[in-house]
Amino acid sequence: MQTTLEPTKVPTSDISLPTSQKLRIVIVGHVDHGKSTLIGRLFHDTNSLPEGKVEQIRKASELEGMEFEFAFLLDALLEEQAQNITIDTTQLPFRTEKREYVIIDAPGHKEFLKNMVTGAASADAAILLIDANEGIQEQSKRHAYLLSLLGIRQIVVAVNKMDLVGYRQERFEKVRSDYTEFLGKLGIVPQHFVPMSAKLGLNITQASPELAWHKGPAILEALEQFQISAPPDDLPLRFVLQDIYRFDERRILAGRIETGSLQVGQEIVFWPDGKSSRVKSIEEWNAPEPPTSALVGESVAITLEEQIFVERGDIGSAPDHGPAEGREIHASLFWLQNDPLPLNVPFTLKLGTQSVEARLVEITRVLDSSTLEPLAGNPGIIHKNEVADVRIRARKPIAFDRHDRISETGRFVIVTGKRIGGGGIIREAEYQDEKRLAGAAENLTWTVSPVTRESRAENFGHRGAVLWLTGLSGSGKSTLATGLEYHLHRRGIFSYILDGDNLRHGLCANLGFSAEDRSENIRRAGETARLMAEAGLVVICSLISPFRADRDNVRKICQRDGIPFAEVFINAPLDVCEARDPRGLYKKARAGEIKEFTGITSPYEAPLAPELELRTAEHTLDNTLLDLTHFAVELSRIPEPQIAEELARGAGI
Amino acid sequence: MDHLDQLEAQSVYILREAYHSFSNLCMPWSMGKDSNVLIWLSKKAFCGKIPYPVLHIDTTYEFPEMLEFREWARKEYDLDLIVKINEDARAGRGSYTQSVGYETHDPVTVTHELKTVALQQVMAERKFDALITGIRRDEDPTRAKERYFSPRNAEFEWDYKDQPPEFWNQFTTAIEPGEHIRVQPLLDWAEVDIWRYIERENIPIPTMYFARPGEDGKKYRFRSLGCWPITKPVESTASNISEIIAELLVTKTSERAGRAQDHHERNAMQKLRAKGFM
Repeated sequence: MQTTLEPTKVPTSDISLPTSQKLRIVIVGHVDHGKSTLIGRLFHDTNSLPEGKVEQIRKASELEGMEFEFAFLLDALLEEQAQNITIDTTQLPFRTEKREYVIIDAPGHKEFLKNMVTGAASADAAILLIDANEGIQEQSKRHAYLLSLLGIRQIVVAVNKMDLVGYRQERFEKVRSDYTEFLGKLGIVPQHFVPMSAKLGLNITQASPELAWHKGPAILEALEQFQISAPPDDLPLRFVLQDIYRFDERRILAGRIETGSLQVGQEIVFWPDGKSSRVKSIEEWNAPEPPTSALVGESVAITLEEQIFVERGDIGSAPDHGPAEGREIHASLFWLQNDPLPLNVPFTLKLGTQSVEARLVEITRVLDSSTLEPLAGNPGIIHKNEVADVRIRARKPIAFDRHDRISETGRFVIVTGKRIGGGGIIREAEYQDEKRLAGAAENLTWTVSPVTRESRAENFGHRGAVLWLTGLSGSGKSTLATGLEYHLHRRGIFSYILDGDNLRHGLCANLGFSAEDRSENIRRAGETARLMAEAGLVVICSLISPFRADRDNVRKICQRDGIPFAEVFINAPLDVCEARDPRGLYKKARAGEIKEFTGITSPYEAPLAPELELRTAEHTLDNTLLDLTHFAVELSRIPEPQIAEELARGAGI
Repeated sequence: MDHLDQLEAQSVYILREAYHSFSNLCMPWSMGKDSNVLIWLSKKAFCGKIPYPVLHIDTTYEFPEMLEFREWARKEYDLDLIVKINEDARAGRGSYTQSVGYETHDPVTVTHELKTVALQQVMAERKFDALITGIRRDEDPTRAKERYFSPRNAEFEWDYKDQPPEFWNQFTTAIEPGEHIRVQPLLDWAEVDIWRYIERENIPIPTMYFARPGEDGKKYRFRSLGCWPITKPVESTASNISEIIAELLVTKTSERAGRAQDHHERNAMQKLRAKGFM
């Protein structure tokens, strides 16, 4: 048997292959204005159907007892044929001599708006279909508004069913003038208006004699003029961080260059927080040689010169062209979910790879999508299929851009429960220090509830926890504890260090170093840590705590009250600790000046199953500290079910 | 970036989102061309390491050449490979009163029992919360309606009538207990893109895709690979990737025309997929 296991490069043929890149078109408009018919017609008239497809559909139609229609070509599923309504985004390719297309069959039925948004969000161009007889209907407006929010700028308006209005030019002109006025309010200027008939195939691929008065292009001719959207190449760098991999000793930052470009050696600043480093390398598996630069659209993996605390969600930029940063955004929002979106109920906002709890703090106005006039009164809630201007407040600072500046990082979705419920684009952003503004909004009312551990956690944006750092004197506990506190503090996580030495100056001043006193010392530290964690703090305990039983006791104290507890073993060999001897204690112990010194004259019982073990003699302090910080951030994260329950409560479900 | 670069970048982005979002994901792998592209993209996404297990649902009707390829690839790519057979169905024990096979049953039934049910069994055993699949929109109309991240309920059913919206690269990543997500990084790839990418990257694939002489003197190749009793080759002289691509540009036969289970009855594919088939 012969297999291509060691593939040799096959010789390329002389045939020049067309690019398989496609222009993505969305076809929208009011229900029954003829979208599916137009699509079927485009397929048929460009000879793009597989052999026998028309015959197959004719037979299927007969089986259903229906007359053949072009619309059936797309309605792949049974019930669609039965109901005569297209239910979902279907993507089907067709070819012309010039290039390839994909039609996204966006449905017009009101129920299925979320599918239309799904399809239209990735389209290069749109055909807005209007029935010449019925003129502008509700969805003709709603869909146009959504196209404007989704940022689609290449639009042709197809005035369909001209056969039903006797091919009269004045009817076409009336529709054109009405719709032009409406679209103008949205900032949409269609490139073409085309009178046509999908059913009869008029003005589809070329000019038809019945509509000879029309001097512009036929539908397909109009489409051929549109461009495939290319990512803009003149925008500043936005590197959206997806994950950090540590498959080996390196920290690899994986993400996508949404805009701009990135070079090895350049300075890169991560937002929010503005942490800066330099790009050390761009990693690429199976590359002949490592790349030195990466361009817009690429999914890349990079390493940094200097280890800084970055995490999923961060946006990397060049030093002088960073995104805005803040807790408040002004946005236009469309809502697709059955359950309405009320004020002051927490939801998850996702922007790029950031995911943050947020709420509506103000609904400036809700627009009637038919008239685009603001609804009367202050609704205080956004219902399904409505669009609104809102102010949103996030629990912690996020990085973002104004949508008209950089759309990739200027738009977001809202997740309630477990599903995407809607999306929005950011209208305003202050590209400077926004802390003053955020401070001014501090007085806005939040739902007041009895203060529980959960509500404290909600308020802090994280839960309280106890990290118990145990290890020999000189193993690195204090250094790591202070480093960790600093990192947590910078991330807005409330934390505090309980240090063994410090406690002995006050709370434990009456205790000595006998086994009994040591136990009591640990018990007091443990109880104090529990109280502070209960209050919502991440408590970093830095104590030698040599005895297993004492540490287990603290674990029990915490776990009894449901406080997350993690034993962190700071592991360094005795000889290393003794060589470090930062406070000269080992020297004194060896000289007999300190009695019962752990490791020398008193035993240290290493943890049997610590939640985290850090070997400080084998890894750099930077890497160890990053591991500890990641661990602490995860430990303090509010678990998902709690958020879900809170959502349920807030929504009054 | 050319079109293939764009497809690759998007697939890599999706794989990384999946790896971040799910704690216990798995990648079914058929050894077919799309499946091998997925392996390749995984290598690219994770700098040479595939950080999730790869699952082969072995129907016991595999072409020997495919099994040989499986063993080669397991070593070559250092795969954490799970091989799953619905042993009960083949042996006619447990909930089965008789052995299920192509000798005795129709292709839709066999495909359901030996692929979908086997997948359900391994899901129950391993509690995977997401599956990375290699399906593409252009393969079949029912697949055209898919999302990149597509939820399945505990019964494996796909609620295609009420799918969550998906736009701006924001995906459905939260699941209810018992649900899982189908992650479909190749959704936007066309058959010809797969071939162009295999050619560009020099990705090893089974040679059954290339034309070989048949008993009647004509040349045949497999365009899509499945169980041997129900997978027929198509007439073709394409003996290398360039020729396959050239052939695809003029053909009007659908890719899965050689796969009997799709055509056994009207809407067979829809029925299979609604019950959990990929």
